[in-house]
Formats: sequence, C-alpha cells, structure tokens
Amino acid sequence: MTYLKATTFLIAAALAAPVAAQQAGGRLDIVVQPEPPGLMLGLVQNGPTQLVAGDIYESLLRYDTDLVPQPSLAESWTISDDGLVYTFTLREGVTWHDGTPFTAADVVFSADVFLRETHARLRSSLAYVDSITAPDDLTVVFTLKEPFGPFINAFETGTMPIVPKHIYDGTDYANNPANATPIGTGPFKFEAWEKGSYIHLVKNEDYYIDGLPYLDEVFYRVIPDAAARAVAFETGEVDVLPGGSVENWDVPRLTQMDNVCSTGNGWEFFAPHAWMWLNNREGPTADAKFRQAVMYAMDREFVKDVVWNGYGKVATGPISSKTNFYSDDVTIYDHNPDKAKELLAEMGYDGTPVRLLPLPYGETWQRWAEAVRQNLSEVGINVEIESTDVAGWNEKTSQWDYDMAFTYLYQYGDPALGVSRNYTADRIQKGSPWNNVEGYDNPALDAKWAAAATMVTPEERAAAYLDIQKEIIDDVPVAWLLELEFPTIYRCDIKDLVTTGIGVNDGPRNAWIEK
Amino acid sequence: MSVFIVIVSRLAKAALTLLAIAILNFLLLHAAPGDPALVLAGEAGAADEQMIAQLRERFGLDQPFYVQLGKYVGSILQFDLGYSFRQGAPVSQLIMDRLPATLLLTLTAFVISLVFGIALGVGAAARVGRASDSLLTTLALLFYATPLYWLALMAVLVFSVWLGWLPGFGYETVGANLTGLARALDIGRHLVLPALTLGLFFMAVYMRMTRASMLEVSQLDFVKTARAKGLSDAVIRRRHILRNAILPVVTLAGLQAGQLVGGAVLTETVFAWPGIGRLMFESLAARDYNTILGVFLVSAAMVILFNIVTDIVYRIVDPRIGARA
Repeated sequence: MTYLKATTFLIAAALAAPVAAQQAGGRLDIVVQPEPPGLMLGLVQNGPTQLVAGDIYESLLRYDTDLVPQPSLAESWTISDDGLVYTFTLREGVTWHDGTPFTAADVVFSADVFLRETHARLRSSLAYVDSITAPDDLTVVFTLKEPFGPFINAFETGTMPIVPKHIYDGTDYANNPANATPIGTGPFKFEAWEKGSYIHLVKNEDYYIDGLPYLDEVFYRVIPDAAARAVAFETGEVDVLPGGSVENWDVPRLTQMDNVCSTGNGWEFFAPHAWMWLNNREGPTADAKFRQAVMYAMDREFVKDVVWNGYGKVATGPISSKTNFYSDDVTIYDHNPDKAKELLAEMGYDGTPVRLLPLPYGETWQRWAEAVRQNLSEVGINVEIESTDVAGWNEKTSQWDYDMAFTYLYQYGDPALGVSRNYTADRIQKGSPWNNVEGYDNPALDAKWAAAATMVTPEERAAAYLDIQKEIIDDVPVAWLLELEFPTIYRCDIKDLVTTGIGVNDGPRNAWIEK
Repeated sequence: MSVFIVIVSRLAKAALTLLAIAILNFLLLHAAPGDPALVLAGEAGAADEQMIAQLRERFGLDQPFYVQLGKYVGSILQFDLGYSFRQGAPVSQLIMDRLPATLLLTLTAFVISLVFGIALGVGAAARVGRASDSLLTTLALLFYATPLYWLALMAVLVFSVWLGWLPGFGYETVGANLTGLARALDIGRHLVLPALTLGLFFMAVYMRMTRASMLEVSQLDFVKTARAKGLSDAVIRRRHILRNAILPVVTLAGLQAGQLVGGAVLTETVFAWPGIGRLMFESLAARDYNTILGVFLVSAAMVILFNIVTDIVYRIVDPRIGARA
C-alpha cells in the first residue's frame, strides 16, 4: 500500500511538474534527408515522408517507448477476449485541417478502401481482417477472421495513417491534386514546400487538445551533404538532427558542444535490425556450416565500438531486443576465428570467392563492409566487395544476384509484422528487397511462425517465439549484425521531443522550447 | 556566308543532334540497374508484388521497351518533357522551378571568373617575371589544381563556422519572410561562397590562358609595328594584343557557358543550393527517368546553343573567321 501511494504520488508529481513549465511559441528547424518524394502519407511511406507527415496525419493510436498503446484519434479501445473484435471509440470534436469534421467514416475509408490499395505493409495485416465497420460516427469496429496478436501494433501513423474521405473518395488517389497540399488532423498544418530547400509546417490552431502543440512552426530543412548537415547544426541553422542524418564520426564532436543533448530513444517501434543476406541457394553460403563460420568470424563488438562509435547492440538473432518476444536464451555467436576455421575445414571450403554487396547509404556502411571483409579473410574466406548505388542495390538483392549483402529492416514492434516476413518460404518472391531474399526454406519453422502469429495470449506467443529463435539461430539463414541505434541530436532547451516509440516522427506534437 | 544562314543551318543540325542525344540518353538510362518502381518500393521498407506491379503500370514501365521509347520520342517532338511520377509534377515545371537558382549561381560564377580571370591575366602579362606575376600565377595554379569539393568545404569551415561572416549553405534565410531589396541582399549573401567556389576554377583557367596568350601575341610583328607607330602601351595592350589574344578564352568561355544549367552538381550539393544539378543527381539516384532525361536534354540544348553563340562571338572578335568561311 505504501508502495502504491508512493508511486501514485510520483506519477502525479511527474505529470504536474512539466505542465507548469511548458512554454508555448517558437520554431523548430529539423533536418530531413533525403528530400521526401511526397507528403501524402497514405501513398508514400519512406522514412523522410514519415518524419514530416507524422505531424500532419494521425492514426488511431500512438505507442510509448515501451510500445504500450496510447490514445490518439481513438480515445479508448477494447479487444474482445477471443482476440477477434477491436472496438475503438474516437475522440469528439476533431476536424480536418480544412475544417471538415472527422468521423468514423474516415477511418473505415482509410483502412478498408484507401490503404488496402496503396499500403503494401498494412495490406499483409489487413489480410487477417474480416470487416471494418462504423456503427456510429465515433465508433469503429475491426473484426478479424482469426486472432492476430500483433494487430494492436498496426495503428501507428506510418502504418495506418487516417486520410480524409471527403477529399479522396472516388478519386484517382495517386494523381489527386490534393496530394501536393496534404490535409490531416495532426497538430501541424502544411504551409509550403520550397523544393530543394525546406518544408514549412505551421501550428494547427484548432487542434483538439487544448494547448497543443506548443510550437508555432516547424521547418524541415533539406541539406543534401552529410558534412553540411553537421555544419548546419554547429552554426545553429538547425536545431534537430534526427537519427542517421550525420555520419557517425561527427556524432561525438556534435554532442560535446554546449547545450547539445542526444538520445537513442524513439526508434523502439522500428527497432532497425542490421544483417547480411546470405544467399541460401548457391555458392558457399548455401552451406549452413559456412554461414555459422561467418557468424563466428565477425568481430561485431569491434564494429559497434569503432564503425558505429559505440551506438547499438550486437544482435543475437532475428528478433530485436527492443521488440516483443525477444529472448537471449539461444546459441550466442561470439568472435571466435578458430571455431570459424574449424567449421570451414569441416565443410571443405575450397576458397571460392564470395561477393559482398555493401549498403549504399554512406561512409559508415562502406567501412562496415571493409571490416567484415577483413574479419572473413582472417579465417580464409575470400571476399570481393561489389559497390553500387541505391537503385542497383535494390535490383541486385531483389533479383537474388549476390552472395552476401548488407541490409537493415524495421521490426514494427512484433515478430509477426517485421520478422517472419524475412524467413518464411511463402515470402520467397523475386522482385522485392524486403521479403525472404536469402531463400531460407524450412517448412517446420514456417508452421511455427504462422501459429505464433495467431495465438491469443502473450504467454503462448512468447513460448512459441522462444522455440523459433532457438532453432533458427542455429541455422543462420542470414548473418545477424547489430541492433542499430540512430541517436537524435538536439539542443537541450528543446523539451519532450522524443516521447514515443517513433521519436521525432510525431515528436513536435508535444515538444516545447525552454526560454 | 552571312551570319543568318550560318545560324539557320546550325540550328537545323542542332535539332537532329538533340534528338540523337535524347534517344541515346534513354537507352543508357534504361540500361542502368533498377527502375523507379523498385526504388520507391525499396524506400517504403516493405513491398509486395501487387505494389510493384501497380507502380510499374502507373509509370508505363509494364509496356514493351520499344513502345516506351516511341512514346518518349513522340512527346519530345511535341516539346513535352513528360511527367515525373515520383515528384507528382510535370518535368518542365520541376526544371523551371529550379532554373532561376541555378542560373543565378552559374551566371554569377561565370561573370566573376571571366571578368577577374581576364583582368588578372592581362595584369600578370604586363608584369611578367615580377613578384606580383609570380604570386598571381601561383595562386591560379593552386585554384586550378584544388578539387572543388574540398575548396567548398574549407570555405564553409572558415567563413561560416569559424568567422561566421557568411551563411554556409542554402538559398536564403528560411522563414525570414524578407521582400524586395532585403531579400535580394539576403540571397546575395548566400550566393557569395558557392559562386566563388564555382568560379575560382575557371577564373584560374582564364587567367593562365589570357596571360600566356597575351605574352605570345605581344611578340608578334604587328605589335612591334604598333609600338613603332608610337602608340601608348595601354592602347597596344587593349586594342592590339588583347583582342588577338582573347580567342582561346572565348572558346573556353563557350564551354563553361554550356555548363550553366547542368554543371554545378557538386557545388549545389555541398551548399544545399536548390538548383538543377541537385535535381538531376537526386533523380538519377531514384531512377526518375523522365526528370533525368528532361534535365539532360535541357543541358544538351544549352551546350549546343552556346557552341553556336561562341561561333558568332568569334566572328565579332575576329572578322577574318567569317570572311574565310
């Protein structure tokens, strides 16, 4: 009881303290890199678009840094005991930026009509959905065909952005002229986009939560060169460098400046997980012993400390430790060149060279590829680095024209959303760089992945995923590298910028500047 | 041959050349790995067959190659550069949006390099062998040999980060809502570093070329004659030597002018200048076919146009050229 009281008091204090201090006004300049191709979040979901449009569009729920769902457009929600019926009660008095009232019809249109056609990632979750209905203007009911545990994670802004029915219904979505001036329900309104320079958002004065947002305006600045982005922060031109906007070796220099803070939080929902595709179909990488040897040969701690400046965590397997159902009760691959040599000798590796495709996302990835090549050559594996640009990388990986290829993928909070897609045989499809590119085919595990997705209780699911992790980690279908961490760097007088599992993407909603 | 006929025949040839360039660009670009649908799908972080098929259909990439080429050539012949599906806008509009910024930058650099290059070259030639000449030639050599990229970064570091005199990047102060003269001054301040960076290389080239050419011409017999007539040094330099020495500089200036539209990729990237060079580079990375082809075509047209202009300038500077042809 004492404990309870103390906790209650602490929570009350925590809630009360900042409220008194929050100050309205001011502007934020945030780097966006590269320039987004468009801002209509229902049509385009690449990183830069999510960063900017996350202030314009909203979804039913938000997720804190522990991935616990929080209210957003939905005020409250219930899930039936059988895990089949999700009922959302919407917030009253919400309007679109053009003044039209927001209703349950918008939600049904977005999820059932618009996004079904445009959103590849959501489509795979919607396959479990039987019907989406709106019994009244403030209630939406999703009824599933079978239980789908991760469904509660599908209501994030980049996953299920709610788009205005009155603007898009019956139109050609991709060519709707309104795409140039996006209309959402979010805390900021689209104001202007000077292509090549900046995107300007202004405060939504009619936002449905009194007092929010605190900021008057947000500028997303397009600065194409990584060194220039660092300079822009140094000279005070920009206030926020979202994760990944500068090269890693600039991070220590910038964070040592006065009044500069950084945080690794705000990526929990995405949990970027890096690995090398190992082509399971042909060449030395088709042999599980070779793949295990690669795991033992790599000094991943070194890469974390040197190439990534200490940011991140060595991955133990397919599921990120930030994602639900992670377990480290598995075979751990340490840096053990002797073991790697033994395995190579056992398989009878004949020195056939393997081609390594780095990720063309800047110097860090190039250096990482060089570190891996050195590690592998130390145990006698011949590696040839093949470099290409982003389009070439997409082509080579999606056409399976590689031996080893760097990549990193988001996990979206649940193994059934962001992990199983890379390992089950039904996702072996040429033409996409994001599915089972390595060609791992294990029917017994496929059945376990499928079963784990549709179990009702978290306890059952945890047990099922532990079983899967133990088995797949011994097979090494891909060479898991690091759980990446992209620090967000910002001026310390900006408060409450990163409060959710998607970080800066919906950060300006609550952010304020201390004067 | 009159100048008029020269221009007409050159323009006719230019149209054919442009068409050939357009087709060649199209073939080269489609030979590069990847396509815009795959890049867009890749950026989304998730993709299924339906999505990629939808995108290909929208972009017209599902049609046979010769149909795509035929359509492209057909629309070019109607002066239509096509539509950028990635950016959701007509290519001509994308180019026109970026053109003012690029022309401001490249023209400023062009004028700076030409004026100062020739002036310093003439000055150095007049003081040949003296300390000031050595200093100028050494500086010119330095700027000639330094990579543009490095020079740009150093300029930002010194004048923007350390001294804080000039903005290090961008086209204008974002969100300042300046108008009229204040805005012009603001853009001018942003223009200084990129224009100097871009102009220094050609300035060095013009200077060295003017100096060498001046020295060569000054040894010729007609200069001795002029001197014997008792003309002043200044008149001889301007009317007799410079006019004859300037031809190679005109040739090179024609080349530089051809790059006014597409030649500032690096400078625009380092200084975040919202111009055509960056549009081209970013479109190339995204395989935004229509946009790249559009920029290539406009750049090619500029090169051809300035070749013609250069030829005409030749005739004005040296009337003998027209008479001989």
